[in-house]
Amino acid sequence: MSRLVAFLSRTKGNNDSADKLGAQDLLAYGYLVLGVLIILVPVFWTFLSSIKPERAIDGFDTRLLPIAQIEAQIEGVGRKTVWNYTAEDGSVTDVFKAGPTRQMTDVAPLADPGAVIQVERDRLAPAEEIRVATENYLDPLLKRNGQDNFSFGTYLFNSVFITVVATLITLLINAMAAFALSKYRFRGRLTFTLLIVATLLIPSSIILVSLFFVVWSFGIFGSLWGVIIPAAATPTGVFLLRQYMLTIPDELLEAARMDAASEWRIFWRIVLPLSLPALSVLAILSVIWRWNDFLWPLIVLISDPAKHTIQLGLTQYAGEFDSDFHYILAMTVVSLIPITLVFVWLQRFITTGIATTGLK
Amino acid sequence: MTDTPTLELKNIRKSFGAVDVIHGIDLQIADGEFVVFVGPSGCGKSTLLRLIAGLDDPTSGDIVLKGKRVNAVPASERGLSMVFQSYALYPHMSVRANLSFGLENFRMDRAEIKRRVDDAATLLQIDHLMGRRPGQLSGGQRQRVAIGRAIVREPLIFLFDEPLSNLDAELRLQMRVEISNLHADLGNTMIYVTHDQTEAMTMADRIVVLRGGRIEQVGKPLDLYNHPANKFVAGFIGAPQMNFLRGTLDGTTLTLDCGLTREVPLAEKWTSGPVTLGIRPEAIGVSLEGDGDRQVKVQNFEQLGSVTYIYAAFDNGETLTVQIGRQIPLKRGQIIGVALTTKDFHLFGGEGERALGVAP
Repeated sequence: MSRLVAFLSRTKGNNDSADKLGAQDLLAYGYLVLGVLIILVPVFWTFLSSIKPERAIDGFDTRLLPIAQIEAQIEGVGRKTVWNYTAEDGSVTDVFKAGPTRQMTDVAPLADPGAVIQVERDRLAPAEEIRVATENYLDPLLKRNGQDNFSFGTYLFNSVFITVVATLITLLINAMAAFALSKYRFRGRLTFTLLIVATLLIPSSIILVSLFFVVWSFGIFGSLWGVIIPAAATPTGVFLLRQYMLTIPDELLEAARMDAASEWRIFWRIVLPLSLPALSVLAILSVIWRWNDFLWPLIVLISDPAKHTIQLGLTQYAGEFDSDFHYILAMTVVSLIPITLVFVWLQRFITTGIATTGLK
Repeated sequence: MTDTPTLELKNIRKSFGAVDVIHGIDLQIADGEFVVFVGPSGCGKSTLLRLIAGLDDPTSGDIVLKGKRVNAVPASERGLSMVFQSYALYPHMSVRANLSFGLENFRMDRAEIKRRVDDAATLLQIDHLMGRRPGQLSGGQRQRVAIGRAIVREPLIFLFDEPLSNLDAELRLQMRVEISNLHADLGNTMIYVTHDQTEAMTMADRIVVLRGGRIEQVGKPLDLYNHPANKFVAGFIGAPQMNFLRGTLDGTTLTLDCGLTREVPLAEKWTSGPVTLGIRPEAIGVSLEGDGDRQVKVQNFEQLGSVTYIYAAFDNGETLTVQIGRQIPLKRGQIIGVALTTKDFHLFGGEGERALGVAP
C-alpha cells in the first residue's frame, strides 16, 4: 500500500532529489488521469450496466447502481410492477396499477388486489430496490429463460480456437518473414519490405470480396480455418518484428554460425527468444484483433451456428425490432475476461526482454 | 609440425562494391602457430579474419584448410571457432548453455558435452558462473566465457577478433598472459587480430603486419623489431615509436637535416637521394653535460622509475624520443647531448620507403 502511495505521489526530479509538486506534475497527472478515464469509463459503464435488470436498461436508467422497480406476483392478476402510493395523510402503501396510466389511475394495494381505488398519477412513485441482475449472466450461460439458442460453450471454444491458432501462426510466419527481411541481404529486400508495409494502406473492406473468392476456392469457406488463415500474415506484424530484429546484433548470428548452428536453429534458438518483447506486443495485438473480429467471421461462418464465435453469438440478441441489451452487455463483459487475462500475462514480457540483452 | 599448412591463403582479394579492401594476400600458417594480424584500423585485418572464418566470401583467391579448398564451405562447417570483439554471447542463455550451444549443434552425446564444458570451465576458472547469464558477468568474465565457447569446440583454428579491446588495462594484461598460456596448453593454431603492437609482440609466434589491405611484413616479433622491412613496420612495431630523422644519402655519406654527417657502410648500391634515418629511442645515448654527436633541448620528460623517457627537439624542430633505463635529473628547457651509434641505424628510402641494407 505504501509503495502504491509512493508510486502515485512521485514528482519531477530524480530518486535522490524529488521536486515539490509543481505545475508540470499536475499537468502530467491530469493528462494521465484523463487517459485512464477515457479508457476505463466505457468498460466500467458496460460492466455496471450489465448487472442492471432488464427493465432498468430498457428504461435508459442512467444511474450507476443497478436500481430497478420491484415486481411482484399477484394472485389472480399476474406479474406486476410495484408502486408506492403516498396518500394525503402521508401514509405510504405498496400498490400495483390495475388499469392504464391516466390522470386518475386505477391502482390496487398488494395486500388486497380486489380493492381498486383511483389515485392521482403524481402520487405514484416506483418502488425500487438495488438488485444485481445475475440472470443477465446466468440465463445465456445456463440456457435458462428461453435462451436455448445461445450456446456459450461452443462460441467460447470457437473464439479461443481461432484466436490461439491464428495468433500462433501469425507469430511464426511473421517472425520468419521479419527474420529474412532484417538479417539476410538479397536483391529486392527493401522492395519487399516496402511492398508489405504498403498493403497497410489498403482497407480490409476493399479486399473483402476477393478474399471471399480466395477462401471459397480453397474450400475453407464455412470452416474456422477460413477465418484463421487469411488473417495469419499481417503487414503490421512483419514490420514490427523486422524493426525489432534489426536491433539484434549481427555478431550474435555470426557467433551462432561459427557454433555450427543451422539457419533454422539460429532463428529458433537465438532470434526468436531475443525478439520476445516484440513477439509479445504482436501476440497481444493479434489476440485482440482475432478475438474482436466481427466482419470476416460473419461472412465466413454465418451459415453454421455451431461455428459461431462469441462476437457472432452476440448478434442473436440484436433483433430488428427488439434488442436484449441486458444480455448483450453481460456477454460482452464475459468476452472481455479472456483478453484481459492475456494482456496481464503478456505485458510483463514486453519489459523484461529488453533487460536481458547482455551486449555492450 | 606437418608438411601441409593448416591454413593457406592464395592471392585473396576482397572488395565491398567498388572499394577494394584486401589486395591479394598470400600467407601460410603452420599447425600450432600463434599468428597475430596487426595493423592500423582499416587495414583489412578483421576482414581477412572474417574471410578465413567464412563469415564473408573473398572476391577472388583461395582459402585452403588442411590442403582442402574451403571457399564454398559455410562458416558452420569449417571447424573453426571465433572470439568476437563484443564477445557476442547469447544474452538469453546461461553460461553453461552458451558453452554447450555449439556442441548441441553437432548432436553430440550429452555426457560428452558436459565433460567438455566442465573441462573448459575449470580451465578458465568460470565454474562458479555456469548458472548466470552474460548480463550478470563482468567484462573479464564475459571474455572468459567467450573463449570457453571457442575452446569446447576443439577447433582446427581459433580466431580472435580484437578480443581484449573492451577490457581495462590491467585485465588486458592478465588476459594476454592467459591466452598465451592457453596456446601453450592446447597447442592449437591461433589467429589473433589486434591493432595493439604490444599484444602482437608479446603473444605471437609470427606477426603479420598489414596496411591498406596488403601485407607489409611477416616475421617473428623480434625479427620485425630488429629488421623492419620498411618505415611503416619500423614505426608501427615498438613503443615508444622509433625516431625518424630526415636526411640525404650520397653514396655512403649520410647528411641529416639536423646537422649530423656520418659515413654509413651501405650493403647495397645507392646513388643519391632523400632518406629517413630510423633509430630506436633506447639506442640513443644521453649526456647531461652536452657531450655527444648533437645537442637537443628537453621539451618534456616522463620519469617512470625504471625507465625515463625524454622528449627533445633539435634546432631545426625535428623531435627525438630517448629512452634510458635509469633515473636522471632533468628539467624542461635543458640542453643535453645525444649520441647516435651507426650500428643502430635503420635507413629507409626509395620506393615505399623500404629498408636499405646497412652492413653490420
